[in-house]
Amino acid sequence: MSLHGKNQRGQNLRELSAEAIFSLALDGELRALGRLITFIERDSDEAEVISELAHARAGNAHVIGITGAPGSGKSTLTGQLVALLNQKHPRAAVLAVDPSSPLTGGAILGDRVRMEDVASPETFIRSMATRGHQGGLALAVPGVVRVLDAMGYNPIIIETVGVGQVEVDIAGTADTTVVVATPGMGDAVQANKAGLLELADLFVVNKADRPGANDVRRDLDHMLDLSHTTGQDQRTGMRPEIVMTAALTGQGAADMWAAIERHRDAITANGQIDERRASRDLEEVRNRVMAVIERRVDDLLSEHGTTGALKAVRDREMAPSVAAREITNTRFG
Amino acid sequence: MSEPQLRVVLAKLGFDGHDRGIKIVARILRDAGMEVIYLGLRQSYLNVVNAVEQEDADAVGLSMHNASHMTLAPKMVEALAAAGLDVPVIVGGIVPDEDVTELLEKGVAVVLGPGASAEQVAISVRDAVAAKA
Ligand SMILES: Nc1nc2c(ncn2[C@@H]2O[C@H](COP(=O)(O)OP(=O)(O)OP(=O)(O)O)[C@@H](O)[C@H]2O)c(=O)[nH]1
Ligand SMILES: [Mg+2]
Repeated sequence: MSLHGKNQRGQNLRELSAEAIFSLALDGELRALGRLITFIERDSDEAEVISELAHARAGNAHVIGITGAPGSGKSTLTGQLVALLNQKHPRAAVLAVDPSSPLTGGAILGDRVRMEDVASPETFIRSMATRGHQGGLALAVPGVVRVLDAMGYNPIIIETVGVGQVEVDIAGTADTTVVVATPGMGDAVQANKAGLLELADLFVVNKADRPGANDVRRDLDHMLDLSHTTGQDQRTGMRPEIVMTAALTGQGAADMWAAIERHRDAITANGQIDERRASRDLEEVRNRVMAVIERRVDDLLSEHGTTGALKAVRDREMAPSVAAREITNTRFG
Repeated sequence: MSEPQLRVVLAKLGFDGHDRGIKIVARILRDAGMEVIYLGLRQSYLNVVNAVEQEDADAVGLSMHNASHMTLAPKMVEALAAAGLDVPVIVGGIVPDEDVTELLEKGVAVVLGPGASAEQVAISVRDAVAAKA
Protein backbone atom coordinates (compact mmCIF):
# COMPACT_ATOMS: atom_id res chain seq x y z
CA MET A 1 0.00 0.00 0.00
CA SER A 2 2.87 2.29 0.85
CA LEU A 3 4.57 1.83 -2.52
CA HIS A 4 1.31 2.33 -4.28
CA GLY A 5 0.98 5.64 -2.47
CA LYS A 6 4.49 6.83 -3.22
CA ASN A 7 3.96 6.32 -6.93
CA GLN A 8 1.06 8.73 -6.83
CA ARG A 9 2.90 11.46 -4.99
CA GLY A 10 2.50 14.80 -6.67
CA GLN A 11 -0.34 13.52 -8.78
CA ASN A 12 -3.54 15.47 -9.21
CA LEU A 13 -5.90 14.23 -6.50
CA ARG A 14 -8.85 14.64 -8.82
CA GLU A 15 -7.57 11.72 -10.86
CA LEU A 16 -7.35 9.35 -7.89
CA SER A 17 -9.90 7.09 -6.25
CA ALA A 18 -10.88 7.63 -2.63
CA GLU A 19 -8.89 4.51 -1.70
CA ALA A 20 -5.77 5.83 -3.41
CA ILE A 21 -6.13 9.18 -1.67
CA PHE A 22 -6.54 7.33 1.63
CA SER A 23 -3.25 5.47 1.11
CA LEU A 24 -1.51 8.70 0.18
CA ALA A 25 -2.76 10.20 3.41
CA LEU A 26 -1.52 7.18 5.36
CA ASP A 27 1.86 7.79 3.74
CA GLY A 28 1.80 11.22 5.28
CA GLU A 29 0.71 13.38 2.38
CA LEU A 30 -1.18 16.17 4.05
CA ARG A 31 -3.01 17.44 0.98
CA ALA A 32 -4.47 13.96 0.63
CA LEU A 33 -5.69 14.05 4.21
CA GLY A 34 -7.05 17.54 3.57
CA ARG A 35 -9.04 16.17 0.63
CA LEU A 36 -10.39 13.19 2.60
CA ILE A 37 -11.80 15.60 5.14
CA THR A 38 -13.46 17.60 2.38
CA PHE A 39 -15.21 14.45 1.14
CA ILE A 40 -16.44 13.71 4.65
CA GLU A 41 -17.50 17.28 5.20
CA ARG A 42 -19.55 17.32 2.00
CA ASP A 43 -20.85 13.82 2.68
CA SER A 44 -20.02 13.11 -0.93
CA ASP A 45 -20.09 9.70 -2.62
CA GLU A 46 -16.54 8.98 -1.49
CA ALA A 47 -17.38 9.55 2.18
CA GLU A 48 -18.64 6.07 2.93
CA VAL A 49 -15.63 4.14 1.66
CA ILE A 50 -13.35 6.60 3.45
CA SER A 51 -15.27 6.07 6.69
CA GLU A 52 -15.01 2.30 6.30
CA LEU A 53 -11.26 2.49 5.83
CA ALA A 54 -10.90 4.93 8.70
CA HIS A 55 -13.17 3.15 11.16
CA ALA A 56 -11.09 -0.01 11.00
CA ARG A 57 -8.00 1.97 12.01
CA ALA A 58 -9.50 4.43 14.48
CA GLY A 59 -10.18 4.22 18.20
CA ASN A 60 -6.81 5.23 19.59
CA ALA A 61 -7.05 8.98 19.91
CA HIS A 62 -7.98 10.85 23.06
CA VAL A 63 -10.72 13.22 21.89
CA ILE A 64 -10.89 16.53 23.75
CA GLY A 65 -13.75 19.00 23.32
CA ILE A 66 -13.17 22.65 24.12
CA THR A 67 -16.17 24.91 24.30
CA GLY A 68 -17.15 28.22 25.85
CA ALA A 69 -18.51 31.64 24.99
CA PRO A 70 -17.35 33.41 21.82
CA GLY A 71 -14.00 35.10 22.39
CA SER A 72 -13.29 33.32 25.68
CA GLY A 73 -9.89 32.25 24.37
CA LYS A 74 -10.55 28.70 23.17
CA SER A 75 -8.26 28.96 20.13
CA THR A 76 -5.47 30.72 21.98
CA LEU A 77 -5.65 28.07 24.70
CA THR A 78 -5.66 25.29 22.14
CA GLY A 79 -2.60 26.81 20.52
CA GLN A 80 -0.83 26.92 23.88
CA LEU A 81 -1.83 23.38 24.66
CA VAL A 82 -0.57 22.05 21.37
CA ALA A 83 2.68 24.00 21.67
CA LEU A 84 3.16 22.44 25.07
CA LEU A 85 2.38 18.97 23.73
CA ASN A 86 4.72 19.28 20.81
CA GLN A 87 7.53 17.31 22.44
CA LYS A 88 5.42 14.53 23.92
CA HIS A 89 2.66 14.30 21.33
CA PRO A 90 3.94 15.87 18.15
CA ARG A 91 0.94 14.61 16.21
CA ALA A 92 -1.93 16.47 17.74
CA ALA A 93 -4.84 17.51 15.53
CA VAL A 94 -7.30 20.34 15.96
CA LEU A 95 -10.74 20.63 14.43
CA ALA A 96 -12.00 24.19 14.86
CA VAL A 97 -15.67 24.76 14.12
CA ASP A 98 -17.02 28.24 13.41
CA PRO A 99 -20.50 29.38 12.41
CA SER A 100 -21.40 30.06 8.78
CA SER A 101 -23.26 33.23 7.97
CA PRO A 102 -26.92 32.25 7.78
CA LEU A 103 -27.48 34.84 5.06
CA THR A 104 -24.74 34.02 2.57
CA GLY A 105 -23.47 30.62 3.67
CA GLY A 106 -19.98 32.08 3.79
CA ALA A 107 -17.74 32.12 6.85
CA ILE A 108 -14.59 33.70 8.18
CA LEU A 109 -12.66 30.93 9.89
CA GLY A 110 -10.32 32.75 12.23
CA ASP A 111 -9.28 30.12 14.74
CA ARG A 112 -6.17 29.07 12.91
CA VAL A 113 -4.60 32.50 13.15
CA ARG A 114 -4.62 32.16 16.94
CA MET A 115 -2.79 28.86 16.73
CA GLU A 116 -0.26 29.86 14.13
CA ASP A 117 2.81 29.16 16.24
CA VAL A 118 1.87 25.50 16.23
CA ALA A 119 0.57 25.30 12.67
CA SER A 120 3.26 22.93 11.49
CA PRO A 121 3.16 19.85 9.29
CA GLU A 122 3.13 17.80 12.51
CA THR A 123 0.08 19.47 14.00
CA PHE A 124 -2.88 19.14 11.70
CA ILE A 125 -5.36 21.99 12.01
CA ARG A 126 -8.63 21.99 10.13
CA SER A 127 -11.19 24.77 10.21
CA MET A 128 -14.79 23.88 9.59
CA ALA A 129 -17.86 26.01 9.06
CA THR A 130 -21.24 24.93 10.40
CA ARG A 131 -22.71 25.30 6.87
CA GLY A 132 -26.20 26.30 7.78
CA HIS A 133 -27.97 23.14 8.62
CA GLN A 134 -26.86 21.84 11.94
CA GLY A 135 -27.72 18.22 11.36
CA GLY A 136 -24.89 18.11 8.86
CA LEU A 137 -22.42 19.29 11.45
CA ALA A 138 -23.40 16.56 13.88
CA LEU A 139 -22.67 14.04 11.12
CA ALA A 140 -19.51 15.62 9.75
CA VAL A 141 -17.57 16.18 12.98
CA PRO A 142 -17.41 12.55 14.12
CA GLY A 143 -16.52 11.57 10.56
CA VAL A 144 -13.61 13.98 10.44
CA VAL A 145 -12.41 12.93 13.89
CA ARG A 146 -12.47 9.30 12.73
CA VAL A 147 -10.22 10.08 9.75
CA LEU A 148 -7.74 12.04 11.90
CA ASP A 149 -7.73 9.20 14.43
CA ALA A 150 -7.08 6.64 11.69
CA MET A 151 -4.08 8.68 10.54
CA GLY A 152 -2.58 8.42 14.01
CA TYR A 153 -3.28 11.89 15.32
CA ASN A 154 -3.53 11.96 19.09
CA PRO A 155 -4.89 13.85 20.91
CA ILE A 156 -7.63 15.35 18.75
CA ILE A 157 -8.98 18.64 20.00
CA ILE A 158 -12.39 19.88 18.83
CA GLU A 159 -13.12 23.56 19.36
CA THR A 160 -16.75 24.64 19.17
CA VAL A 161 -18.41 27.81 20.34
CA GLY A 162 -20.58 27.27 23.39
CA VAL A 163 -23.81 28.56 21.89
CA GLY A 164 -26.16 26.42 19.87
CA GLN A 165 -27.20 22.97 20.93
CA VAL A 166 -25.34 21.08 18.24
CA GLU A 167 -22.05 22.84 18.92
CA VAL A 168 -22.40 22.21 22.63
CA ASP A 169 -23.32 18.56 22.03
CA ILE A 170 -20.30 18.03 19.81
CA ALA A 171 -17.86 19.23 22.43
CA GLY A 172 -19.90 17.47 25.10
CA THR A 173 -19.51 14.03 23.57
CA ALA A 174 -15.71 14.09 23.62
CA ASP A 175 -13.73 11.82 25.95
CA THR A 176 -12.83 14.93 27.92
CA THR A 177 -14.89 18.10 27.71
CA VAL A 178 -13.30 21.38 28.71
CA VAL A 179 -15.52 24.40 29.33
CA VAL A 180 -13.78 27.76 29.15
CA ALA A 181 -15.08 30.62 31.29
CA THR A 182 -13.70 34.13 31.63
CA PRO A 183 -14.01 37.01 34.06
CA GLY A 184 -17.10 39.01 33.20
CA MET A 185 -20.52 39.63 34.57
CA GLY A 186 -22.74 36.60 34.81
CA ASP A 187 -20.48 34.38 32.81
CA ALA A 188 -20.94 31.34 34.97
CA VAL A 189 -24.67 31.94 34.95
CA GLN A 190 -24.63 32.12 31.17
CA ALA A 191 -22.70 28.89 31.02
CA ASN A 192 -25.28 27.32 33.26
CA LYS A 193 -28.10 28.42 30.97
CA ALA A 194 -26.43 26.91 27.95
CA GLY A 195 -26.14 23.62 29.80
CA LEU A 196 -22.37 23.89 29.73
CA LEU A 197 -21.92 23.28 33.42
CA GLU A 198 -23.40 19.83 33.30
CA LEU A 199 -21.20 18.58 30.55
CA ALA A 200 -17.88 19.94 31.78
CA ASP A 201 -15.24 17.43 32.83
CA LEU A 202 -12.90 20.32 33.47
CA PHE A 203 -13.34 24.04 33.85
CA VAL A 204 -10.75 26.49 32.66
CA VAL A 205 -11.00 30.05 33.87
CA ASN A 206 -9.09 31.84 31.14
CA LYS A 207 -7.95 35.48 31.08
CA ALA A 208 -6.84 35.00 34.66
CA ASP A 209 -4.65 38.05 34.07
CA ARG A 210 -7.85 40.09 34.27
CA PRO A 211 -9.65 41.18 37.41
CA GLY A 212 -12.51 38.97 38.50
CA ALA A 213 -11.01 35.62 37.57
CA ASN A 214 -11.11 34.44 41.17
CA ASP A 215 -14.77 35.40 41.41
CA VAL A 216 -15.53 33.19 38.43
CA ARG A 217 -13.66 30.36 40.05
CA ARG A 218 -15.64 30.82 43.25
CA ASP A 219 -18.95 30.94 41.34
CA LEU A 220 -18.12 27.74 39.51
CA ASP A 221 -17.14 26.10 42.78
CA HIS A 222 -20.48 27.10 44.27
CA MET A 223 -22.39 25.70 41.37
CA LEU A 224 -20.46 22.46 41.59
CA ASP A 225 -21.28 22.28 45.29
CA LEU A 226 -24.96 22.56 44.39
CA SER A 227 -24.74 19.97 41.69
CA HIS A 228 -23.66 17.43 44.30
CA THR A 229 -27.29 17.17 45.12
CA THR A 230 -28.42 16.96 41.49
CA GLY A 231 -26.50 13.84 40.69
CA GLN A 232 -23.75 15.28 38.54
CA ASP A 233 -21.15 13.32 40.40
CA GLN A 234 -22.91 10.06 39.72
CA ARG A 235 -23.00 10.87 36.03
CA THR A 236 -19.36 11.77 35.58
CA GLY A 237 -17.90 9.84 38.45
CA MET A 238 -15.85 12.78 39.60
CA ARG A 239 -16.00 16.43 40.41
CA PRO A 240 -14.67 18.61 37.58
CA GLU A 241 -11.45 20.41 38.39
CA ILE A 242 -11.10 24.15 37.90
CA VAL A 243 -7.87 25.43 36.35
CA MET A 244 -6.82 29.07 35.95
CA THR A 245 -5.05 30.10 32.74
CA ALA A 246 -3.81 33.19 30.94
CA ALA A 247 -3.62 31.91 27.41
CA LEU A 248 -1.89 34.98 25.98
CA THR A 249 1.24 34.15 27.98
CA GLY A 250 0.70 30.42 28.25
CA GLN A 251 0.42 30.58 32.00
CA GLY A 252 -1.53 27.62 33.34
CA ALA A 253 -1.42 25.65 30.09
CA ALA A 254 0.68 22.94 31.75
CA ASP A 255 -1.84 22.70 34.60
CA MET A 256 -4.62 22.46 32.08
CA TRP A 257 -2.94 19.60 30.27
CA ALA A 258 -2.18 17.82 33.53
CA ALA A 259 -5.86 18.07 34.51
CA ILE A 260 -6.92 16.75 31.10
CA GLU A 261 -4.57 13.80 31.52
CA ARG A 262 -5.88 13.12 35.01
CA HIS A 263 -9.38 13.02 33.63
CA ARG A 264 -8.40 10.75 30.79
CA ASP A 265 -6.58 8.38 33.16
CA ALA A 266 -9.52 8.32 35.57
CA ILE A 267 -12.12 7.48 32.93
CA THR A 268 -9.77 4.93 31.42
CA ALA A 269 -9.34 3.29 34.81
CA ASN A 270 -13.05 3.23 35.66
CA GLY A 271 -14.11 2.13 32.21
CA GLN A 272 -16.17 5.21 31.53
CA ILE A 273 -14.16 6.02 28.42
CA ASP A 274 -15.58 2.90 26.76
CA GLU A 275 -19.10 3.85 27.77
CA ARG A 276 -18.62 7.32 26.34
CA ARG A 277 -17.32 5.99 23.09
CA ALA A 278 -20.12 3.48 22.83
CA SER A 279 -22.70 6.18 23.37
CA ARG A 280 -20.92 8.37 20.83
CA ASP A 281 -21.16 5.60 18.25
CA LEU A 282 -24.80 5.06 19.10
CA GLU A 283 -25.48 8.77 18.77
CA GLU A 284 -23.79 8.92 15.38
CA VAL A 285 -25.74 5.98 14.01
CA ARG A 286 -28.88 7.48 15.49
CA ASN A 287 -28.19 10.83 13.83
CA ARG A 288 -27.72 9.11 10.49
CA VAL A 289 -30.93 7.13 10.86
CA MET A 290 -32.74 10.31 11.85
CA ALA A 291 -31.37 12.14 8.82
CA VAL A 292 -32.77 9.46 6.51
CA ILE A 293 -36.10 9.44 8.28
CA GLU A 294 -36.32 13.22 8.20
CA ARG A 295 -35.81 13.22 4.46
CA ARG A 296 -38.56 10.61 4.09
CA VAL A 297 -40.87 12.64 6.29
CA ASP A 298 -40.24 15.70 4.14
CA ASP A 299 -41.09 13.70 1.04
CA LEU A 300 -44.19 12.36 2.67
CA LEU A 301 -45.35 15.82 3.68
CA SER A 302 -44.73 17.28 0.27
CA GLU A 303 -46.87 14.46 -1.18
CA HIS A 304 -49.67 15.70 0.99
CA GLY A 305 -48.82 19.18 -0.24
CA THR A 306 -51.70 21.51 -0.75
CA THR A 307 -54.37 18.87 -0.67
CA GLY A 308 -55.40 16.33 1.91
CA ALA A 309 -54.62 16.61 5.56
CA LEU A 310 -52.35 19.62 5.33
CA LYS A 311 -55.00 21.58 3.50
CA ALA A 312 -57.55 20.58 6.10
CA VAL A 313 -55.28 21.98 8.81
CA ARG A 314 -54.91 25.24 6.92
CA ASP A 315 -58.67 25.45 6.48
CA ARG A 316 -59.08 24.81 10.21
CA GLU A 317 -61.03 21.64 9.56
CA MET A 318 -58.51 19.39 11.23
CA ALA A 319 -56.16 19.83 14.18
CA PRO A 320 -52.44 19.36 13.42
CA SER A 321 -52.23 16.37 15.73
CA VAL A 322 -55.10 14.64 13.91
CA ALA A 323 -53.48 15.40 10.55
CA ALA A 324 -50.19 13.97 11.77
CA ARG A 325 -51.89 10.75 12.85
CA GLU A 326 -53.73 10.51 9.53
CA ILE A 327 -50.51 10.97 7.56
CA THR A 328 -48.47 8.51 9.61
CA ASN A 329 -51.27 5.94 9.54
CA THR A 330 -51.38 5.94 5.76
CA ARG A 331 -47.65 5.24 5.59
CA PHE A 332 -46.55 3.48 8.76
CA GLY A 333 -49.95 2.03 9.72
CA MET B 1 -25.67 26.21 -1.85
CA SER B 2 -25.61 23.20 -4.15
CA GLU B 3 -22.30 24.37 -5.66
CA PRO B 4 -19.41 23.13 -3.53
CA GLN B 5 -18.37 25.89 -1.22
CA LEU B 6 -15.12 27.61 -2.17
CA ARG B 7 -12.46 27.77 0.52
CA VAL B 8 -9.90 30.55 0.29
CA VAL B 9 -6.77 31.00 2.41
CA LEU B 10 -6.15 34.71 2.99
CA ALA B 11 -2.75 35.89 4.14
CA LYS B 12 -0.29 38.70 4.08
CA LEU B 13 3.33 37.69 3.62
CA GLY B 14 6.36 39.42 5.05
CA PHE B 15 6.55 42.22 7.52
CA ASP B 16 4.05 44.73 6.24
CA GLY B 17 1.78 45.34 9.21
CA HIS B 18 -1.53 46.68 7.94
CA ASP B 19 -4.54 44.41 8.08
CA ARG B 20 -7.32 46.77 7.01
CA GLY B 21 -7.31 45.63 3.40
CA ILE B 22 -7.17 41.93 4.08
CA LYS B 23 -9.98 42.17 6.61
CA ILE B 24 -12.19 43.91 4.08
CA VAL B 25 -11.43 41.22 1.50
CA ALA B 26 -12.25 38.54 4.07
CA ARG B 27 -15.70 40.05 4.54
CA ILE B 28 -16.26 40.45 0.81
CA LEU B 29 -15.52 36.78 0.20
CA ARG B 30 -17.65 35.65 3.11
CA ASP B 31 -20.52 37.76 1.85
CA ALA B 32 -20.06 36.13 -1.54
CA GLY B 33 -20.70 32.79 0.18
CA MET B 34 -17.11 31.57 0.47
CA GLU B 35 -15.29 30.13 3.44
CA VAL B 36 -12.27 32.23 4.30
CA ILE B 37 -9.43 30.67 6.24
CA TYR B 38 -8.00 33.82 7.67
CA LEU B 39 -4.28 33.67 8.43
CA GLY B 40 -3.70 37.38 8.82
CA LEU B 41 -0.38 39.15 8.93
CA ARG B 42 3.29 38.16 8.81
CA GLN B 43 2.82 34.76 7.27
CA SER B 44 5.57 32.59 5.84
CA TYR B 45 5.32 30.57 2.61
CA LEU B 46 5.42 27.44 4.71
CA ASN B 47 2.49 28.57 6.84
CA VAL B 48 0.42 29.21 3.74
CA VAL B 49 1.39 25.88 2.17
CA ASN B 50 0.48 24.06 5.40
CA ALA B 51 -2.85 25.84 5.53
CA VAL B 52 -3.71 25.06 1.89
CA GLU B 53 -2.89 21.38 2.42
CA GLN B 54 -4.66 20.94 5.73
CA GLU B 55 -7.66 23.09 4.86
CA ASP B 56 -7.93 21.74 1.30
CA ALA B 57 -8.27 25.30 0.07
CA ASP B 58 -9.29 26.13 -3.50
CA ALA B 59 -7.37 29.39 -3.74
CA VAL B 60 -4.85 31.63 -1.99
CA GLY B 61 -5.45 35.35 -1.65
CA LEU B 62 -2.44 37.53 -0.86
CA SER B 63 -2.77 41.07 0.31
CA MET B 64 0.21 43.21 -0.73
CA HIS B 65 0.81 46.84 -0.08
CA ASN B 66 4.39 47.57 -0.97
CA ALA B 67 6.99 46.77 -3.58
CA SER B 68 7.76 43.41 -1.95
CA HIS B 69 4.93 41.82 -3.95
CA MET B 70 7.33 41.45 -6.88
CA THR B 71 9.37 38.87 -5.00
CA LEU B 72 6.89 37.48 -2.46
CA ALA B 73 4.02 36.59 -4.78
CA PRO B 74 6.04 34.61 -7.37
CA LYS B 75 7.80 32.78 -4.53
CA MET B 76 4.43 31.85 -3.08
CA VAL B 77 3.41 30.46 -6.48
CA GLU B 78 6.62 28.40 -6.56
CA ALA B 79 6.22 27.13 -3.00
CA LEU B 80 2.69 25.92 -3.72
CA ALA B 81 3.74 24.22 -6.95
CA ALA B 82 6.67 22.56 -5.18
CA ALA B 83 4.21 21.08 -2.67
CA GLY B 84 2.07 19.74 -5.52
CA LEU B 85 -0.72 22.20 -4.82
CA ASP B 86 -2.44 23.38 -7.95
CA VAL B 87 -4.33 26.35 -6.54
CA PRO B 88 -4.54 29.86 -8.01
CA VAL B 89 -2.80 32.75 -6.26
CA ILE B 90 -4.73 36.00 -6.32
CA VAL B 91 -2.93 39.19 -5.40
CA GLY B 92 -4.74 42.24 -4.09
CA GLY B 93 -3.20 45.62 -3.46
CA ILE B 94 -1.53 48.55 -5.16
CA VAL B 95 0.50 47.10 -8.00
CA PRO B 96 1.82 49.24 -10.89
CA ASP B 97 0.65 48.14 -14.37
CA GLU B 98 4.04 46.95 -15.58
CA ASP B 99 4.39 44.81 -12.45
CA VAL B 100 0.98 43.26 -13.05
CA THR B 101 2.14 41.86 -16.39
CA GLU B 102 5.23 40.42 -14.80
CA LEU B 103 3.30 38.84 -11.91
CA LEU B 104 0.90 37.19 -14.34
CA GLU B 105 3.85 35.86 -16.33
CA LYS B 106 5.24 34.39 -13.13
CA GLY B 107 2.10 32.42 -12.44
CA VAL B 108 -0.09 34.73 -10.38
CA ALA B 109 -3.68 34.12 -11.50
CA VAL B 110 -5.17 37.57 -11.00
CA VAL B 111 -4.06 40.95 -9.68
CA LEU B 112 -6.79 43.08 -8.17
CA GLY B 113 -6.24 46.78 -7.63
CA PRO B 114 -7.69 48.78 -4.75
CA GLY B 115 -10.46 49.99 -7.06
CA ALA B 116 -11.92 46.51 -7.60
CA SER B 117 -15.55 46.22 -6.55
CA ALA B 118 -16.74 43.52 -4.17
CA GLU B 119 -18.38 41.80 -7.10
CA GLN B 120 -15.18 41.87 -9.16
CA VAL B 121 -13.22 40.40 -6.28
CA ALA B 122 -15.64 37.51 -5.84
CA ILE B 123 -15.93 36.83 -9.57
CA SER B 124 -12.15 36.88 -10.02
CA VAL B 125 -11.70 34.29 -7.29
CA ARG B 126 -14.41 32.04 -8.74
CA ASP B 127 -13.00 32.34 -12.26
CA ALA B 128 -9.45 31.67 -11.12
CA VAL B 129 -10.59 28.51 -9.34
CA ALA B 130 -12.70 27.40 -12.32
CA ALA B 131 -9.72 27.90 -14.65
CA LYS B 132 -7.74 25.34 -12.63
CA ALA B 133 -10.49 22.73 -12.56
N1 LIG C 1 -6.23 39.28 28.43
C1 LIG C 1 -6.33 38.08 27.87
N2 LIG C 1 -6.78 37.98 26.63
C2 LIG C 1 -6.86 36.74 26.07
C3 LIG C 1 -6.50 35.57 26.78
N3 LIG C 1 -6.71 34.52 25.99
C4 LIG C 1 -7.18 35.00 24.82
N4 LIG C 1 -7.27 36.35 24.86
C5 LIG C 1 -7.74 37.22 23.79
O1 LIG C 1 -9.12 37.02 23.61
C6 LIG C 1 -9.48 37.15 22.24
C7 LIG C 1 -10.21 35.92 21.76
O2 LIG C 1 -9.33 34.83 21.79
P1 LIG C 1 -9.60 33.51 20.93
O3 LIG C 1 -8.57 32.53 21.30
O4 LIG C 1 -9.79 33.85 19.51
O5 LIG C 1 -11.00 33.10 21.56
P2 LIG C 1 -12.04 31.99 21.04
O6 LIG C 1 -12.78 31.52 22.22
O7 LIG C 1 -11.33 30.97 20.24
O8 LIG C 1 -12.96 32.85 20.10
P3 LIG C 1 -14.05 32.34 19.04
O9 LIG C 1 -13.46 31.15 18.33
O10 LIG C 1 -14.24 33.51 18.15
O11 LIG C 1 -15.26 32.01 19.84
C8 LIG C 1 -8.19 37.41 21.49
O12 LIG C 1 -8.04 38.79 21.29
C9 LIG C 1 -7.14 36.89 22.44
O13 LIG C 1 -5.91 37.52 22.26
C10 LIG C 1 -6.00 35.74 28.12
O14 LIG C 1 -5.66 34.78 28.82
N5 LIG C 1 -5.94 37.00 28.61
MG1 LIG D 1 -11.69 30.33 18.28
